[in-house]
Amino acid sequence: MALKIVKGSIDRMFDKNLQDLVRGIRNHKEDEAKYISTCIDEIKQELKQDNIAVKANAVCKLTYLQMLGYDVSWAAFNIVEVMSSSKFTYKRIGYLAASQCFHESTDVIMLTTNQIRKDLSSPNQYDTGVALTGLSCFVTPDLARDLANDIMTLMSHTKPYIRKKAVLIMYKVFLKYPESLRPAFPRLKEKLEDPDPGVQSAAVNVICELARRNPKNYLSLAPLFFKLMTSSTNNWVLIKIIKLFGALTPLEPRLVYSCVHVVKYLGLLAMSKILKTHPKSVQSHKDLILQCLDDKDESIRLRALDLLYGMVSKKNLMEIVKKLMLHVDKAEGTTYRDELLTKIIDICSQSNYQYITNFEWYISILVELTRLEGTRHGHLIASQMLDVAIRVKAIRAFAVAQMATLLDNAHLLTGNMQRNGICEVLYAAAWICGEFSEHLENPMQTLEAMLRPKVATLPGHIQAVYVQNAAKLFATVLKSQEGNTDSTAAQETSQLMIDRLPLFVQSANLEVQERASCILQLVKYIQKLQQKDVEIAEEVNALFAGELNPVAPKAQKKVPVPEGLDLDAWINEPPSESESEDEQPKAIFAKEEPKHSRPRHTEVDEKELARRREARKQEQANNPFYIKASPSSQKVYQDTPGVEHIPVVQIDLSVPLKVPGLPMSDQYVKLEEERRQKERAEKKKKEKKKRKEKRSGRGKKHDSGPESEEDITPAHQVDIVTEEMPEVNSLDILYFVPLADSEKLPVRSHRETPKSPAEDGDTENAALQEPKKKSTKEKREKKKDKDRDRKVYDIQGNLQDGSQVVVSVIFENKGDSFLKSMEFNVLDSLNSKLQRPDGSGPHDGLTVPFQLPPGVSNEARFVFTVQSIIMPQKLKGTLTFIVKNEDSSTHEKLDFKLHFTCTSYLITTPCYSDAFAKLLESGDLKGSSVRLEGVNMPFHHLLARICFHHHFSVVERIDSCASMYSRSIQGHHVCLLVKTSGQTVSIDAKCDEPTLLGNVLDEIKQTFSQC
Amino acid sequence: MQFMLLFSRQGKLRLQKWYVPLSDKERKKISRDLVQTILARKPKMCSFLEWRDLKIVYKRYASLYFCCAVEDQDNELITLEIIHRYVELLDKYFGSVCELDIIFNFEKAYFILDEFLLGGEAQETSKKNVLKAIEQADLLQEKTIFHLQSVLEKNVICP
Repeated sequence: MALKIVKGSIDRMFDKNLQDLVRGIRNHKEDEAKYISTCIDEIKQELKQDNIAVKANAVCKLTYLQMLGYDVSWAAFNIVEVMSSSKFTYKRIGYLAASQCFHESTDVIMLTTNQIRKDLSSPNQYDTGVALTGLSCFVTPDLARDLANDIMTLMSHTKPYIRKKAVLIMYKVFLKYPESLRPAFPRLKEKLEDPDPGVQSAAVNVICELARRNPKNYLSLAPLFFKLMTSSTNNWVLIKIIKLFGALTPLEPRLVYSCVHVVKYLGLLAMSKILKTHPKSVQSHKDLILQCLDDKDESIRLRALDLLYGMVSKKNLMEIVKKLMLHVDKAEGTTYRDELLTKIIDICSQSNYQYITNFEWYISILVELTRLEGTRHGHLIASQMLDVAIRVKAIRAFAVAQMATLLDNAHLLTGNMQRNGICEVLYAAAWICGEFSEHLENPMQTLEAMLRPKVATLPGHIQAVYVQNAAKLFATVLKSQEGNTDSTAAQETSQLMIDRLPLFVQSANLEVQERASCILQLVKYIQKLQQKDVEIAEEVNALFAGELNPVAPKAQKKVPVPEGLDLDAWINEPPSESESEDEQPKAIFAKEEPKHSRPRHTEVDEKELARRREARKQEQANNPFYIKASPSSQKVYQDTPGVEHIPVVQIDLSVPLKVPGLPMSDQYVKLEEERRQKERAEKKKKEKKKRKEKRSGRGKKHDSGPESEEDITPAHQVDIVTEEMPEVNSLDILYFVPLADSEKLPVRSHRETPKSPAEDGDTENAALQEPKKKSTKEKREKKKDKDRDRKVYDIQGNLQDGSQVVVSVIFENKGDSFLKSMEFNVLDSLNSKLQRPDGSGPHDGLTVPFQLPPGVSNEARFVFTVQSIIMPQKLKGTLTFIVKNEDSSTHEKLDFKLHFTCTSYLITTPCYSDAFAKLLESGDLKGSSVRLEGVNMPFHHLLARICFHHHFSVVERIDSCASMYSRSIQGHHVCLLVKTSGQTVSIDAKCDEPTLLGNVLDEIKQTFSQC
Repeated sequence: MQFMLLFSRQGKLRLQKWYVPLSDKERKKISRDLVQTILARKPKMCSFLEWRDLKIVYKRYASLYFCCAVEDQDNELITLEIIHRYVELLDKYFGSVCELDIIFNFEKAYFILDEFLLGGEAQETSKKNVLKAIEQADLLQEKTIFHLQSVLEKNVICP
């Protein structure tokens, strides 16, 4: 009896669910009202049942009908019943129904108070969650009064999920029951500083709403909100706060200022987003953005800078940079100024100097930037100088001249030790002057400037460049002087070098010391030769011949690895294990330096070294502050009372000094303007000409007024060095002896993946299949009338489980629409059942776990449980899916049949001939035979076909006779003896299950009758 | 926000959420009026309109209109953003959402809305958090069904 009830309720439970109802309504478009009234009758029946699942299903359907406009108020009590269920599934449905259907005049609401209170204190946060959500929709003054305390407690719940809901619902409670506001407010205020952003924004929301009703009471919160406004990154919250301030400003005018700021900030932020997609529309607001640079608020200025970066064009670059330079002068506080500096450089150098039309102007901007005190970005300017000078050939003469002046006035830059950052530019200046010394007007003067004693106060790596480039300059000077008849000038130059270089030889920096002593030695040798009147300039110049070229980081990739070269192979024997590992990496560098420099010193000149040591000793003796092994030589010099080492003059100016002889970048703006004017005029002339010629044709012509981006031709060309860099061709050294054949790594000798039988219909291949491969039974195509959907399926037995069969179905969308929400359903038979996930009913479909865009195919697998495998079977099924077009979607279905043949239960299993013989001898097997007539194919083809289509394997083959074997998923043995004579094939078969055997033989016959 | 309505191009109501207590009769009248007014508007017209003492913000996504009623002082743009965020949530949850998803799983659409808005205010601005909450609740729901199923099965086998 009990069994019957339960069974009845299961069937009832899945009688008609919400989906069925919706489908039904859609199918009864003509008599919708009638259909729904029968549905409502059914629902009424369902509601009378005791089973809560059935009730919940009914209530869910009612909620849908309520939306369609049907009156469901009669079911209010049932809704409360479902709400009270202890199961979340039903509770959720119950509360949803309540929130949709209840309103203040619903009388059963009174009954819910205790249930809601119980749910609010439930240990499950989602129970509490649905209760709060529901309550927010149907809270009445009574409920608000009774539950206010419970909700207030929830505001301090441990889970932020509950806290934020509780905070939000408090607003509804306040509205219904204003007395609760006073006691709850302190806690609400606390929530403004909740660690969870969700709770925070909820609290902001509630207070904003409250403040809108009565702003005066919330004025005291303004500072707190201001703090939130400046710290919050959540735009939703920001908007709310601005609105709140909007409500407060009539009472407190000072707030306007801060509001304006936030709006400005947001505006700039928004613009930068727009800029990415619509640069043109933002560019027209250039002036406005430039104005923002004057703003008091640094964050607004920084945003404006970001915007400018994206706004520049060839046309406005100079103007924008000019404005920025003004700001650089005005800017106090190093961080913002540094930011400005980097932005200027970023703006100018972006995408390979795309926007720069005049590089002389750019160089002078860079030079002007060197006047900045205390910037950290000296190296940035330096790298720009180097980059431009190297890549823009036309600009070199100008750059060299500028750099020479810079070197000459180096004391202005380095005069103050605090300006250390900027002295990096001297690195670039020295290198440029040295490398391109042929452009120098007065190389001698520059050489002199580079060898000034003051240079020794510079950081080591800069000194090193100075020394190296002094040598280059020296070579140039020599060349120019040797041409003259008077040889003394050349000798004087050598003497200058010999006099000044020892200063660097004493440097604490190894690099400087090494280079200096090397060059000093060289110059001494040159001097000796000069005294013998030998012309030496050519050879000295040869030392520095050849042009240095930048190489792209990826250039190496372009050089093909020569054949036979294995880059991973050891060149030398790998280091022995015994060496201590932790010492290794350090040792490489620490040891190498002295190895190179020391011996060379001794080699070079013992005497000189001795002299130097002596001098140093003297110095140390005289110097009371000398500490042995001082890391920097600079201090030593500063404090030394030596004649040479007194700094020239320390000029410490508070006003940035204009370096004499440096051109102001402004003049370029003017020049550029003139140049463009000229170009434009020329163009106009041309155009006029054209217009004259074209007068008869269309009069529509581009207005030459505002020039477009492409019209501005750059004054200098940049060598754009990217991927197309010159390839380094010095790789010859990298050739090694090619590897012997035996040493080569084995590559893809095996690993040929077996082709899946589902894709390959060729019978030849089938014999080669690995036995493990599961069998294919049949391929079949189903084409829908509109060719929209195609399915190919393949049934495979499961080795592990004797009653399971896997069907893989390939879905292919052949139409133009998007297919989604596909549901695969099969009408189960007594014998075969589709395996459905736990919790779904026996008629539910399975969701296909993917969607199909047009032209895409995908495979899904479905598992079937089969009880008896001795008979073939056909299952009917449907595939329902949604076809989605541009703006409509339809629900469609496709019927199909799945054919489970007996061979699909067979699995290819290898068998040895002795085991096969034993099997036949055992006498357990029952025999049967079949004759095939008119088979017109070679015997091995025939066997392959049986193997492929029916999952057999060949045990033995002798001439025109073969024995074959297969096994079913439930362990039945199937043995075949196939003989052929002429066009007749006879198959004697034995199996422990005669029905199965009969069916298999029938299927084999079928296969051969088709061909 | 006072209420939210979803309706099709044919004027069929697909989802309604009321954050103010109104009788069924009033609700029906309001939605009928609004649906007519909005459907009569041309596609090029703006997404806002003043209606009685409320501001209506609506937007069409494919065949569905999403329509919100907010108070006079509320911001239209943020309301539009709320609508869009809700559509994004639906899209994430259903995977390329369409009208039929909402019709057949209308309770899910409500659950998502309830996690996103509470009492007409945005309660969670993080998409991730909303979807996480829904996912967890769904999981809980499935567990209950499974539990029920197994209880029933037990009863069938050994009554």
